[in-house]
Amino acid sequence: MDLDLPLIWAGIIALAVLLYVMLDGFDLGIGILFPFARSPRDRDTMMNTIAPFWDGNETWLVLGGGGLFAAFPLAYAVIMPALYIPILLMMMALILRGVAFEFRARGRARGKAFWTGAFAGGSTVAALAQGLVLGGFIQGVTLNGQAFGGGAFDWLTPYTLLVAVGLTAGYALLGSTWLIWRTEDDLHGDARRWAWRAVIASAALLVVVSLATLFVHPQVALRWGFEDGAFDLARLGLLSPIPLLGAAGLGLVVWGLVMGGHVAPFLGSLTVFVSGYLGLAVGFFPNIVPYDLTFRQAASAENALGLMLVGVAILLPVILAYTVWVYWVFRGKVGADAGYH
Amino acid sequence: MEFDALLLSRIQFAFTIAFHIIFPSFTIGLASYLAVLEGLWLLTRNEAFKTLYLFWVKIFAISFGMGVVSGVVMSYQLGTNWSVFSAVAGPVIGPLFAFEVLAAFFLEASFLGVMLFGWKKVGPGLHFTSTVLVAFGTLTSAFWIISANSWMQSPSGFAGTVEEGLVAVDWLKVIFSPTFPMRLTHMVLAAYLTTALVVAGASAFRLLRNAHEAESAMGLKMAIGMLAIVAPLQLLVGDLSGKDVLEHQPAKLAAIEAFWETRTEQPFHIAAWPDRTIEGNHWELSIPKVGSWITGGSVDAEIQGLEAFAPEDRPPVFIVFWSFRLMVGLGLAMIALGLWGAWLVWRGHSARSRVFLRACVAMGPAGFVAVIAGWVVAEVGRQPYVIYGILRTEDAVSPIGAGSVSASLLAFLVVYSIVFSVGALYILRLLAEGPLAGAHEGPPTEHRAPGSPLAATPEDPGEPGRPDAPNPEGTR
Repeated sequence: MDLDLPLIWAGIIALAVLLYVMLDGFDLGIGILFPFARSPRDRDTMMNTIAPFWDGNETWLVLGGGGLFAAFPLAYAVIMPALYIPILLMMMALILRGVAFEFRARGRARGKAFWTGAFAGGSTVAALAQGLVLGGFIQGVTLNGQAFGGGAFDWLTPYTLLVAVGLTAGYALLGSTWLIWRTEDDLHGDARRWAWRAVIASAALLVVVSLATLFVHPQVALRWGFEDGAFDLARLGLLSPIPLLGAAGLGLVVWGLVMGGHVAPFLGSLTVFVSGYLGLAVGFFPNIVPYDLTFRQAASAENALGLMLVGVAILLPVILAYTVWVYWVFRGKVGADAGYH
Repeated sequence: MEFDALLLSRIQFAFTIAFHIIFPSFTIGLASYLAVLEGLWLLTRNEAFKTLYLFWVKIFAISFGMGVVSGVVMSYQLGTNWSVFSAVAGPVIGPLFAFEVLAAFFLEASFLGVMLFGWKKVGPGLHFTSTVLVAFGTLTSAFWIISANSWMQSPSGFAGTVEEGLVAVDWLKVIFSPTFPMRLTHMVLAAYLTTALVVAGASAFRLLRNAHEAESAMGLKMAIGMLAIVAPLQLLVGDLSGKDVLEHQPAKLAAIEAFWETRTEQPFHIAAWPDRTIEGNHWELSIPKVGSWITGGSVDAEIQGLEAFAPEDRPPVFIVFWSFRLMVGLGLAMIALGLWGAWLVWRGHSARSRVFLRACVAMGPAGFVAVIAGWVVAEVGRQPYVIYGILRTEDAVSPIGAGSVSASLLAFLVVYSIVFSVGALYILRLLAEGPLAGAHEGPPTEHRAPGSPLAATPEDPGEPGRPDAPNPEGTR
């Protein structure tokens, strides 16, 4: 049997990153919303809604990084140094907000206040840093042969800052709609208000970022059918399901908010993320390091990809199954008090 | 010495990995201990086991969290700072890292949630299964990461060169490289010893305060049993691991023992001041002939000295020599403590000897020190190579500037200092309170889970806006 291993692995890594963004996205979103909570008690509840899940969610990030190293070592070896500062910034932020889950519970007066701040600040900075990484990735990386050949601050442009704000707004949308689903009473009401603001901000930024992306690199514009002021309607039409999916997601969020739905806004937010992700993927496929290194050039040895595929074929279904089981175990509304545990 | 991106990256890697290893070396053992405690509780229904479980699971939650976040850094740092290494080694050891994530990390992370928060959500059988799966995950993780590290120490089963790229030709030889079996055993035993010492130290501390605390007496006895069996075993395994070093990394062995000439009847240096600049030892306190016997199994064994290697291929000697002695010295102290404790238990009064209890407290952190010292021997001793004999550390670094690395190193120093001191404070506070402090706040099957944020302070007095709210000790 002849499998196209590099293509399969590109799909696996892409899936890992998408799952990371959607799953850790909502729990980072909780941290972003932390400063807006009315009371320490509400913050406890917010944290409790994600406490059993955050570690599993973050593991998709490790699979994204470790998987990239294993399956596309060249891409890993170029992207990581190119985005050194935002990646390390993201790491520091994730450390502080990660330990905050336990430390905040153990801290007394000042300690608890500090770790409340660390969770909020860490989550927000991690989201912004991920936006910088994403933006830096989309705008392309300078190569010198098959290694990174650019400068330390290549990633810092108005475009990447825009993407950073956009992604943070998107995570806030995921977080607030998650809270609508998982909380009740006052906090639930607050979450609805946050979701309204987040969905408006996300929609606006999604449009602005999408347009800006078309100007960032000619290849992306070309892929979407824009060239030298003219545009290719047929090509745009072919890809139109992607933006339509995003619009449908936004519509679902708004519809859920208007109709008082509990799950619909969260599902809508996830749909928006899937659409945005597909839109970007279409823009630079088959590059894995935009815009000079394709996933085939960066792929690891065939035998390594083959061996790992066996592992993935056995383990990934098991992982997905127990992940779903854990979400099932901790289903339902999380009260302000101990009912949850 | 120039502070370029290479040196700074080495310092950063050494610092972040040394920080990281503290937590796995504790949680690997602690997860197994928790599984044993919960299993014994289910089997005997002796509430003391449950009390101990609920106590240690809180410590586990804090330590595991710190291990997770410092571990995520490692999976990215290979690329950010060591991109040449990543590109060269990825096709061979990349899969080992991928298997660690797939087989271990997801398992640990997912079932940890059930372990910490699932008391009321799942039955005792499923909860116990979750604890066992977390423990299994920690061991699986150790398997793959030590496999990857051992391949870097004694690479096998591959073809190609650094220039054209390495590729695996025999996966079993890549995974089970020659030094792997003994190094894995050595590390897992080290983790069990580290945990046993912490449990012994914490239990002894409580017993010094209250000699009648039955749970602590039980914890101490279990720890003594572990120490008495595993500490001597570790000496044996360590010796076998040393034989692997002699065969596969002779320069490292020469540095460990500060041997300079190649000869038979090498002396054993109990202490020495080795110096690379004079290619010898300034002074040494030695036993004649014993060095050959310890390392090669016979006084007639010819053991290579550092002079057999070109100066640029020699590892730093002083650090390796002394780290090794620190590790072995602590290991011998662990054996003594284990045997002493076993003798006291046999005589039936382990909980009453205050001298012994104080010795246990003093030895509480010894496992961490020994683990770090051991890793210093392993990692400094294989210099100047990152893949032994294949790729030099200086050739493995990323094309990045010293400025970026200085900034990140500084940030790591600040962030890790905060995280470490606070984590240590919270853990020590819990240890000082002992297993009974949390027990009368109600067992979690009725009310709240251990390690749950809510188990702390229901009224959350510490938040801004209510800074003066009372939070007397003992409410937790």
